[in-house]
Amino acid sequence: MVYAAGVDVGSTQTKAIIVDEHGQIVGRALIDTGANVVVAAEDSFRAALEAHNIPKDEVRFVVGTGYGRYRVTFGDTQVTEISCHARGAVHMFPRTLTVLDMGGQDTKAIRVSPQGDVVDFVMNDKCSAGTGRFLQHAAFALGIPLSDVGQRALDAQKPVKISTTCTVFAETEVLSWLAKGKKLEDILLGVHQSIADRSVGLLKRVGIQEEISFTGGVARNVAMVAILKERVSSKLNVSEDSHFMGALGAALFALDHVKAGSVVAAGREA
Amino acid sequence: MNAPTEAADLVGRSIKESGQLIRRWFERLTLAAERGDPTAYVFVSGNLIEVLQAFDMPVALPEIYSLQTAVRHVAHDYINTAEDYGYSADICGYVKADVGIQLRGGEHPLAKIPRPSLVIASNFCNTYIKWAEIWERLYQTPVFVLDLPSTREAYHFSEIGSPGFERDRRYVEHQVRELIGLCEQVTGKKFDIDKLREALHHSNQMAASYRRMIELNRNVPAVLDAVTDGTAYLGVANALRGTPEGSAFFAAAVEELEYKAAHGIGVLPEEKYRLIFVGVPCYPIYRRFREMFTEHGGVFVNSTYMHFASGGFNYNIEYDLEHPIESLAAGALYSGALSMDKMFFIDQPLAEMSREYRIDGIVFHPIKSCRTVSTGLADARQAVMRLADVMTLYVESDHMDRRVVSEAQLKNRVDAFFEGMATRKLQRAASREG
Repeated sequence: MVYAAGVDVGSTQTKAIIVDEHGQIVGRALIDTGANVVVAAEDSFRAALEAHNIPKDEVRFVVGTGYGRYRVTFGDTQVTEISCHARGAVHMFPRTLTVLDMGGQDTKAIRVSPQGDVVDFVMNDKCSAGTGRFLQHAAFALGIPLSDVGQRALDAQKPVKISTTCTVFAETEVLSWLAKGKKLEDILLGVHQSIADRSVGLLKRVGIQEEISFTGGVARNVAMVAILKERVSSKLNVSEDSHFMGALGAALFALDHVKAGSVVAAGREA
Repeated sequence: MNAPTEAADLVGRSIKESGQLIRRWFERLTLAAERGDPTAYVFVSGNLIEVLQAFDMPVALPEIYSLQTAVRHVAHDYINTAEDYGYSADICGYVKADVGIQLRGGEHPLAKIPRPSLVIASNFCNTYIKWAEIWERLYQTPVFVLDLPSTREAYHFSEIGSPGFERDRRYVEHQVRELIGLCEQVTGKKFDIDKLREALHHSNQMAASYRRMIELNRNVPAVLDAVTDGTAYLGVANALRGTPEGSAFFAAAVEELEYKAAHGIGVLPEEKYRLIFVGVPCYPIYRRFREMFTEHGGVFVNSTYMHFASGGFNYNIEYDLEHPIESLAAGALYSGALSMDKMFFIDQPLAEMSREYRIDGIVFHPIKSCRTVSTGLADARQAVMRLADVMTLYVESDHMDRRVVSEAQLKNRVDAFFEGMATRKLQRAASREG
């Protein structure tokens, strides 16, 4: 068999996807990035191979993506996560014309052509307001596991208004709402709404066109999905693999290389 | 002289000479500081430098000496000095670098900056006037504010010769005459109109050469990089405006660039993408910023900077030496108003530039420090995309403050921009073949 792989080294998590020659996902792995980006890339790739018993030398091309893409030392080339999320989203949802990728440190609104090519994109500016990190800080301040914040937010009745756009100050604001006796769920929903508002702003800057596909780690958050669906009033595609979309796109770019014949020698080090 | 020797003599000559001229300009400032020569502080936009040349006054341009601290990676030292003194993090980095320099007695990596004897500010930038007030308070320096009426109705520019323009021109002319009186007081010299004529003559020559240089970049491959080379040329255009050295420099630069155009010598060995740069350069990582584009084969063929920071050299105006004061007023008014207009209504000019210079992509670079040049760029980007079939990139950083420059984030966006353009090129090639 011949395979291709994509490794998406993000600021929070590293994802690896292996696809077969038809572009079907045959292996995946997700690990925390941690402090050593090189090792995270290697570990995720190895985990994806081992979990699905794929021989390493049958993976003929590897594309690195994400902030650590140049640290995928065993990779054959690099493609930005902007192109990769677009490619992955269109592969999974072929009617996609707009992609919203919400990750740990970046939120990107991407307008794509029907073929999956990037037509335009905008991202949050240098601060992390409106990204997953914002959510992470709020969860920490409230003492709730990150995996629970979405479900808890859905139980809110009167969401508070989070006015600050600074992640660090948001933590202070969250604590001040707690001090005022606001319900934890109401605060959480306020945090989600604040992030969603900024993301919708980015979407408007590239021009919202149906269908929208929501990708990145935050796409697993049920409250965020619900709020965005309400805010954009367009079809919002979400997959269980949304957080793998960058790695999937990278794997598909890798597969292009395999099909074009630009394969590398077997026996890669990883 | 055979061709290879010609190339070796010519190619790269102007950039080398620009460095030498700017160093000499700094040396002259040091000399003025040591001797206590009356020195004028002026800004890049709306400065009437030719009047100062007529009085042989050394001219210090705070924007230029401030940006040099960023290029030399020491801006943060000066900015910190200003912030420790009490200036807010939100204030323009140029201002804070200058305040740091002033608080350190004029200490600068390239010179000793003399104290100002006269300041000319203009309403071109709202910060100019408040910045001038700092020197006024520090040194009791007389400040002359040149008030340039702008367009009075959006998209309806008062052209030269129209009644509206003539009314405004007379208002500016009155101000020029006031400035002449002030210069006489500060220098103790009598105004010599022939010296003003001479300065305007050199400015005419410089402007004609400058426009020719920009024009030559229609050539494929481009003969100058509109960000790095462009900034070097802008330095000379401003610091040596109205001087024989400036005039000779630009004439020689045109000779070099015409040679390059005639022999197909471009900025890069292989030019793959032709770009426009909108905004002010990212001086804290000046070379690296350019590399992010050149490593993909991208060349900045034109820039808004080469236009709005050229003191009007980009416009097709020539001073009338028979009526120097009147003509100087008309030039300042015309270039000031038009530059301000183009800053806010940039979409149409950029769309035209894209067609004329065969552009693949436009890079919008708003900066935290300067709302004047950054406000509206997000909207302008969308408007241009409706008018021209080009890819655009929107990246934010700063021209002075490295604390708000994130190289990794810039690189990520730049790489994605080129991926998009590469795909476009492939699709266009495929559609031509198919």
